[in-house]
Amino acid sequence: MLTISNVKKTFNKGTVNEKKALNGINLHLDEGDFVTIIGGNGAGKSTMLNMIAGVYPIDSGKIVIDGINISREPEYKRAKYIGRVFQDPMRGTAANMEIQENLAMAFRRGRIRGLGWGIKSSEKDYYREALAQLGLGLQTRMTSKVGLLSGGQRQALTLLMATLQKPRLLLLDEHTAALDPKTAKKVLELTEKIVDEQNLTAMMVTHNMKDAIQIGNRLIMMHEGRIIYDVSGEEKKKLQVEDLLERFETASGEEFANDRMMLGQ
Amino acid sequence: MNGLLASLQGAVAQGILWGIMVLGVYITFRLMDIADLTVDGSFALGACVCAVLVVNKQVNPVIALFAAMAAGLVAGAVTGLLHTIFEIPAILAGILTQISLWSINLRIMGGKSNLPLLKTETLISGLSDALGLTQAQASMIVGIIVAIIVIVFLYWFFGTEIGSAMRATGNNEDMVRALGVNTKMTKLLSLTLSNGLVGLSGALVCQSQKYGDVGSGTGAIVIGLAAIVIGEVLMGRLTPFYWKLTSVVAGSVIYFVIRALVLRMGMNANDMKLLSAIIVALALCIPVAVSKYRLKKEYSEGGEEEC
Repeated sequence: MLTISNVKKTFNKGTVNEKKALNGINLHLDEGDFVTIIGGNGAGKSTMLNMIAGVYPIDSGKIVIDGINISREPEYKRAKYIGRVFQDPMRGTAANMEIQENLAMAFRRGRIRGLGWGIKSSEKDYYREALAQLGLGLQTRMTSKVGLLSGGQRQALTLLMATLQKPRLLLLDEHTAALDPKTAKKVLELTEKIVDEQNLTAMMVTHNMKDAIQIGNRLIMMHEGRIIYDVSGEEKKKLQVEDLLERFETASGEEFANDRMMLGQ
Repeated sequence: MNGLLASLQGAVAQGILWGIMVLGVYITFRLMDIADLTVDGSFALGACVCAVLVVNKQVNPVIALFAAMAAGLVAGAVTGLLHTIFEIPAILAGILTQISLWSINLRIMGGKSNLPLLKTETLISGLSDALGLTQAQASMIVGIIVAIIVIVFLYWFFGTEIGSAMRATGNNEDMVRALGVNTKMTKLLSLTLSNGLVGLSGALVCQSQKYGDVGSGTGAIVIGLAAIVIGEVLMGRLTPFYWKLTSVVAGSVIYFVIRALVLRMGMNANDMKLLSAIIVALALCIPVAVSKYRLKKEYSEGGEEEC
């Protein structure tokens, strides 16, 4: 479904701020995979999602969705295949526009926009039903401006918007990190529900190891722009937070050992 | 008293004709959140194209209006391309186009900075002759008709899929790109459309005042911003879209009426630009100052005690 081969990205190449963000990523996702992604700060988790979404061009490598090479497609064209929810609740919705207008924008993801009405009355019933599914009572506030909603409501709305047109791939970039624990839990439950119901292929970056283990069928750990651990199925279910921490320490430890070796020479 | 009435009529007429320009500024400034300085140049461009076509080429004045609008569209597209494809900040891109338009306008006018339309018939003089109206009344009628057409068009256009995508671009670029909108395209389109209206307004004002001048657009952007601000203060900010568009034109009318009044009260016409700038500056400063003052007032060292 999604195949990423040898994707590399270096920011600020040739300057003192040079940062190798992705160091040869290889990953293959099957239809219906729900992958959680963990790793330390600067491990390249968000960069990887951004590269898939096309926020920045990649330096080398290949990203293929459904046999279509999208490596060099601009972000707005890749949107046809990809639904996204950002970490910042403000980024996923247009604050000065109505809830239904936001949904209508999302409903047209991947379609050519013409001079037909931006929102047709026939769509509104569908939006009302979809909003009711969120269980937040937003279906009665369709003409409210999104700016009036709370962060959690906005994030739930963004999630709905990302999946209103079934995406081939759903990218969730720490989408609950900016929410309070209770709201985060609710949004996470909604995420699982939607992914399950629509049988979506999804990738979710998280800092919560417990969530990473409990949610989805596959887990990958990143470190310094590489995937250093990839586990799925039964093996993943049996994982404990301690196992992950240990893995994590081993990875950084090796790095540490390497550094020492280099210094020793 | 008669003099006052006549000058007020003239001011209202000018306000409506300039209101078309303000609608253009509204698109970029309020909907897209871009401060587009092309406006000063494209307004004069519209006036110059119209004057040259009507006087030197004997073109039908209505067709000259369309030609001026087309010229404005092109000017806006140049700014749009500089801003989107070459990623020059919008303000600078606008300044570049504006500056280059000064030379271009002089070339269009054949090196002259002013071209009178005194002996030629225009849309407005034709109307005033046919109906026995004054120049100001005829300008008002033409202005109201054009303004209504433009407002209806904009109301329709910003309700379409493309128009919604444009509004959303001004709101949250990241989001619309993630939803598959080419934001470069929407920005380019908005700058083009906006300057098309500005060019049209320049041509209308040219026909109404019976001359085309390369300097006629100087300070147009500030007039536009002042009119938008006045309209918003008067009509409030939470009104339906067609009211917002109407309030923009109303703001422009009020601006020109105020101008006529202060000029009548003996203010030097040269000080008018200063006054406009002060109006805009105040309108932009007051909300910031008020929110800062509130924050200061709400702060208490001991924390919240009551409630």
